[in-house]
Amino acid sequence: MPELVLQLTRAGFLALLWLFVLVALRVVRSDLYAASGLRSMLPGGGRVAPRGGGRGRMPRQLLVTAGALAGTRVSLEDSRPILIGRADDSTLVLDDDYASTRHARISLQGEEWYVEDLGSTNGTYLDRAKVTGPTRVPLGVPVRIGKTVIELRS
Amino acid sequence: MVAQGEAREQAGPPTGRTIELVLLAFAAVLVTGALILVEANQEQTLTIDLLLIGAAYLALLVGAHLAVRRLAPYADPLILPAVALLNGLGLVMIYRLDLAKADRAVALGNDLPTLLWPRQVAWTGVGLLLFVAVLWVVRDHRKLAAYAYTAGFTGLILLALPGVLPSSISEVNGAKIWLRLGIFSIQPGEFAKILLIIFFAAFLVQKRDLFSTAGRRFLGMELPRARDLAPLLVAWAFSVGVLVLERDLGTSLLFFGIVLVLLYTATERVSWMLIGLSFFAAGGFVAYQLFGHVRTRVQIWIDPFADFDGAGFQIGQALFGLGTGGLGGTGLGAGRPELVPFAESDFMLSSLGEELGLIGLAAIMVIYLVLITRGLRSALAVRDSFGKLLATGLAFTLALQVFIVAGGASKLIPLTGLTLPFLSYGGSSLVANYALVALLLRISNAARAPLPRRPAVPLPPIAEAGTELVERPS
Repeated sequence: MPELVLQLTRAGFLALLWLFVLVALRVVRSDLYAASGLRSMLPGGGRVAPRGGGRGRMPRQLLVTAGALAGTRVSLEDSRPILIGRADDSTLVLDDDYASTRHARISLQGEEWYVEDLGSTNGTYLDRAKVTGPTRVPLGVPVRIGKTVIELRS
Repeated sequence: MVAQGEAREQAGPPTGRTIELVLLAFAAVLVTGALILVEANQEQTLTIDLLLIGAAYLALLVGAHLAVRRLAPYADPLILPAVALLNGLGLVMIYRLDLAKADRAVALGNDLPTLLWPRQVAWTGVGLLLFVAVLWVVRDHRKLAAYAYTAGFTGLILLALPGVLPSSISEVNGAKIWLRLGIFSIQPGEFAKILLIIFFAAFLVQKRDLFSTAGRRFLGMELPRARDLAPLLVAWAFSVGVLVLERDLGTSLLFFGIVLVLLYTATERVSWMLIGLSFFAAGGFVAYQLFGHVRTRVQIWIDPFADFDGAGFQIGQALFGLGTGGLGGTGLGAGRPELVPFAESDFMLSSLGEELGLIGLAAIMVIYLVLITRGLRSALAVRDSFGKLLATGLAFTLALQVFIVAGGASKLIPLTGLTLPFLSYGGSSLVANYALVALLLRISNAARAPLPRRPAVPLPPIAEAGTELVERPS
């Protein structure tokens, strides 16, 4: 085979190899927007227009700030309730001796997110106060469940 | 992205399966291209068969893709294509080395060496079958935690077996890490590594509190209590045992590295890393003083050219190979990578570096990087602790293995006898890594799948629910 063709195919192969890498990196970039791969949970795949538009900003995600699952984010944009506890079917499955099987639920009521304790042994705390009935969760206020702390973020 | 757009039109959330299929086809095209270049440069006749081989490889990949589509529809779309490309390039390179070695044998008037590529193709088939089988059997990775102690026990036996069996069964080329079973040999350590990761992940989830109990503070770190060191000491003793009995620095390093990283991930304590590394340094120093084979390895590492015609020949030739390749490489099939002994296994990296150059080798390293980061990303995204630790362990094993082999071949660290995952010749490594990737896909599927819809039945009133005391799922 002529030398020129060999040199061209050699360079062409390296270019194709890098093209593969670049396509792969593009896919990586395209789902970097959600920090932990949870974008796939959004039904629309993209941004949902903020509901209501009344006072303040709507929380868009729930962030675990302390505990074994620290850093985990759960999207709130599909308005489904978030169950927290040791049960396998919880939204956040805690491996924590201080958490109960079904510990707490954070759910949308009207336009606000509320936390309620599901009869846990060690209680659920909003900031310092023990949660007794459904309590509104403002943005950025820590909710403590056993050793896990979560916050709502916009 | 095209795939996401299409998926959005369907009802469900995007799965990434279309982009996976596109990338798999791309990988098959690259592998076929590599094969054609090898044939052209080795002055073989170019026939239509080459395209058929490429099509056959694509068919294998599509088979795996369909299995993923059915069994883990939300799995990460990049892991399988990365593996397919690495495995395909490995196969082409092994075939290429077979051609070169046959030529060399004819020129020197020696007997023709046994061909390695048909075996590796067969192992690839076995690997893909195991891949599908693991996806099929393990429907929920959390169920694996229930078999933690069985897995750990089996893993230890597999790891220790070659060390205690007589050399006639277990020794090949100075390393006692084999089980020779008649027509084929396996390295049980490769499978042990996955089983041990399952065990450690489950063990650490159960005993996390024990390992994070505070001891004395020292230099701003919280040291663990002395009595909590026992599991680490056991792991350390075991890895030193592997080093001594099986004469395999690589497996020993890999095993201890996995334990350390899982401990660190579970407890977030830097002190565990420092304690572990100082243990390993001490063990390594003692091994260096006591055992000749460790000393030889280190001396070759410090100066391969001191004994170039003897012990340093392999690494010396590999370095010359990498140097010959330079920036752009000699072109596939146009170099002389067969001059390095064990070019197809331990020195796959220098073979690729010689023919693809720094540019090609960097691309391969980025593909490994993508594979590993996607694994770690699944670990971040999955919502249960066992899954997090398991995915971290599996992804980190690949990372450490690539580091140990690439570091060894490029003389950054002393040479050890591990394989590059998916690229190097070696059936056990290939098959075990396919099982490992299947587990990673299973976990990423759990991480990316939409949450199950809550049943419409309302929960009982809080007063009736009470506190349940149940066994923790383990």
